[in-house]
Amino acid sequence: MIEPWLFWIIVVVTVVPALALLFARKPVHIAMAVVLVMVGLAVAYVSLEAPFLGVVQIVVYTGAVMMLFVFVLMLVGVDQRENLKETIRGQKWVGLALAIGVALLLAGVISRTAITAQDRPAPAAPEDIAAALFSRYVIVVEALAFVLITAAVGALVLTYVPRLKPRATQKELQAARIAAGADPVNKPMPGVYARHNALDAPALDPQGRPIEDSVSRVLEIRHQTKDGEEYRFAMQRMRRELGIEDGPIDDGRMGDGPDAPDRDGEGRA
Amino acid sequence: MSPMAFVYLAAVLFSIGAATVMLRRNAIIAFMGVELMLNAANLAFVAFARLHGTIDGQIMAFFVMVIAAAEVVVGLAIIIALFRARQTISLDEPAELKG
Repeated sequence: MIEPWLFWIIVVVTVVPALALLFARKPVHIAMAVVLVMVGLAVAYVSLEAPFLGVVQIVVYTGAVMMLFVFVLMLVGVDQRENLKETIRGQKWVGLALAIGVALLLAGVISRTAITAQDRPAPAAPEDIAAALFSRYVIVVEALAFVLITAAVGALVLTYVPRLKPRATQKELQAARIAAGADPVNKPMPGVYARHNALDAPALDPQGRPIEDSVSRVLEIRHQTKDGEEYRFAMQRMRRELGIEDGPIDDGRMGDGPDAPDRDGEGRA
Repeated sequence: MSPMAFVYLAAVLFSIGAATVMLRRNAIIAFMGVELMLNAANLAFVAFARLHGTIDGQIMAFFVMVIAAAEVVVGLAIIIALFRARQTISLDEPAELKG
């Protein structure tokens, strides 16, 4: 019949992870433990001469149901703390006693059954399952179709959130941003007219002053920005060398440094 | 080894699932306990099918799987609706419902 070693492996693979349902803390660990239980049960089905159900168990439970559980866990927050305060006094011990009572009751009933095991298992290839499903049980299959459709519609209805206000158009969103004081035009890109092509160097305005807004806020928080001061100093030195009096730079040569080739000597005039 | 051993295993798994439903406060974990109970019933169905040498127990287990899949969809939708309304999935919170 069934090899004892296989049975005991199945017991270990199902009961030990199932206990995680009672004792583990993190819901994701529990979900993974239940996946292991499902795989163990699939092995049990195959060993009980039900290969079709074993495959369905893997596909439906480990593949669909438990992944749906993990999906919802991620959706509603994996780090929901479980409230350990007892609202019903002694609930833990009463619950444990009831569960052990159920186990003892079931074991007692099972031990009194007198079924002699048949030596030959029924053929349970997918063809045999299909022949039974669509002949003797065809009414049940039809009813299950109704149940599945109802469940799908029910899930849609339960998770449907009616829209209370009409969806804001892009025009309204933009008007709201302007009303909140946002700059109506795009910020300049960092590094524009700067000495090197990098995100940490602010853009320079036509007067050669750095534009603070052009550099990402994140870099500023991390103190990874350059303020453009060193470039201004280099440009002042260049202008001294070229004989230009100090003052606002307005000749459009902000991009050139002291060591850049002078373009056609325009700056020397 | 007789398939009856698997019926005992099903009883143990069913009890663990029942204890989970009674003891855990997290709605999703309690729901996994329900799933474990359904699977234990399935295991008993398949073991009895093997004991009797017929295929009907397997058909019943198959139907239970279909019902369980539909139940998971609706149950998780309820949990999500509950989470949207209360920002928690603790099973103790709806105790406020009592008048």
